[in-house]
Amino acid sequence: MSTVAVEHVERIYSRRHAAVAGIDLAVADGELLVLVGPSGCGKSTLLRLIAGLDAPTAGRILIDDVDVTNVPPQQRDLAMVFQTYALYPHMTVRENLAYSLRVRRFDRTTIDARVGTAADALDLTMLLDRRPSQLSGGQRQRVALGRALVREPKAFLLDEPLSNLDPSLRTQARAEILRLQRRLEATTIYVTHDQEEALTLGHRVAVMREGRLEQLATPMELYQRPANTFVARFIGSPAMNLVPAAALGVSAAPDAVVGIRPHEAVIGEGGVRATVDVIEPRGHDTVVHLRLDCAGSPEFVITVTEHAPAPGSAVRVSWKPEKVHLFDSAGKRAG
Amino acid sequence: MSRALAAILIAMLLGPIAWMLAASVLPENQIFSGAPIQGLLHASFDHYRALFDERGFLLPIRNSLIVAGLTTIIALPCATLCAYALARLPMRGKGLFLALLLAVSMFPQISVVAPLFLVLRATGLIDTYPGLVLPYVTFTMPLAVWLLTGFFRQLPRDLEDAALIDGASRLRVIRDVVLPVAAPGLASTAILMFLYCWNEFLFALSFTFGPEHQTVPVAIALFRGRYQIAWGEVLAGAAVATLPVVIVVLAFQRRIVAGLTSGAMKG
Repeated sequence: MSTVAVEHVERIYSRRHAAVAGIDLAVADGELLVLVGPSGCGKSTLLRLIAGLDAPTAGRILIDDVDVTNVPPQQRDLAMVFQTYALYPHMTVRENLAYSLRVRRFDRTTIDARVGTAADALDLTMLLDRRPSQLSGGQRQRVALGRALVREPKAFLLDEPLSNLDPSLRTQARAEILRLQRRLEATTIYVTHDQEEALTLGHRVAVMREGRLEQLATPMELYQRPANTFVARFIGSPAMNLVPAAALGVSAAPDAVVGIRPHEAVIGEGGVRATVDVIEPRGHDTVVHLRLDCAGSPEFVITVTEHAPAPGSAVRVSWKPEKVHLFDSAGKRAG
Repeated sequence: MSRALAAILIAMLLGPIAWMLAASVLPENQIFSGAPIQGLLHASFDHYRALFDERGFLLPIRNSLIVAGLTTIIALPCATLCAYALARLPMRGKGLFLALLLAVSMFPQISVVAPLFLVLRATGLIDTYPGLVLPYVTFTMPLAVWLLTGFFRQLPRDLEDAALIDGASRLRVIRDVVLPVAAPGLASTAILMFLYCWNEFLFALSFTFGPEHQTVPVAIALFRGRYQIAWGEVLAGAAVATLPVVIVVLAFQRRIVAGLTSGAMKG
């Protein structure tokens, strides 16, 4: 496999709308890098730039340290899985899988062997003579993966490959992708808007917002040391509580912000007074929405595993000081 | 209510056709007798026999098939490439180009007959097949390009992107992916082009001199004698002229109706 790097890449559409506004990234050989962010953050555009389906207005794209910025997509030797799957509707599953090999003039035996291997790996052998319209959503998704797999490309680009699946299938397909990627040690760039998918799949995760890179780190580091309030809120569910330090009486810079993850806070003796707003039981735990009894009565969310308080009741909420994240007035991590 | 409306609509659409078919088998003196049902008792295929035996109607049919077929075969690929470029490739002034294209087809046909006649005579193409095919290609292309541009724009872009990444060149993407998926649109466009040529009258009348290259509409129009119109034969001719159209449409209908794109995308 190969390395993929992106240097100062920029894609500006009409009049100052920068879909990608100067991104630097390097994907190591065999690494799975996840691009994650809310819709419209430029993650899909960045993937299309890497694929060669769109041209950057500035910057360079390197594959194996070779500048491919002006190389057409056909010659970049990357494989891509689309959110819509984009299976060729007039071809059978076998023809769909074989198409890229046929275009590249592989001989029949190689094509048959590779299609067979990919079909085996993805449990598609029984479906080879069907057309995409005769397949279920999960089967189509596997064909889309298979089409990328037969190529043995330099790198895989996956654009929200799971977002059209039912939730139950999604977990299963996610594990499938994880297993395949780790076994093949395939350099992979994976785009998603789902932070949970990002954390479970990625060796490293790049969080994007408005065309910029907010933080690039391992899932653990993203979760434990978010670089700013955006990443802090985006990663983790329910989202991290952000409360003005002044309101809590925490000694910090005047307009600093304090961040506490919902499961790090507990209800009990001592701490900040709060009123229970609503509760959302989730089975294994319950999400409790509180209103803190301080200036501006900010909302505060915690999760409890047992004895959820009744809505409307007055409680006290506290947390360990070492679990507190501190951000400055600009939202950057402080300390 | 809606059933009644449907019945009226169908009667309006099929009425003339029924009338044409009935009149084509009635004896000449019965056509306007006001009692067509009784007339049907004397129904015969005399008009059809006369059409082919006395008037040599096979020749105009052959001419029409050649001219309309050639026009479609030449114009459809040109229109396809043109429309694909307009629909997909980055280009300046697309809107202006499409507007100008439409302007060409809005030209009153009669205004170009005289100049075209001179051009065709100067190039020796008057009263030949190419002399009809070339103007037809020009006049069918704008509509075809418009229709196909709209059609290509609706195709899922991911399909083409996937083929590009799979390693196919632009032309190969068109051949392997775009054309098969766009087949219903291509078929409808081809039918419309064919019908335009099949029914075209003004050019066909102006640019042909004798039965050698005359097309069906011209031949039927010239059935008119000095003192009377042979309505029975005119309508038999019309019935025969309608037949290929019906066959073509039926032949392509399955492709048009079958939603070929189903299954490409998530839904």
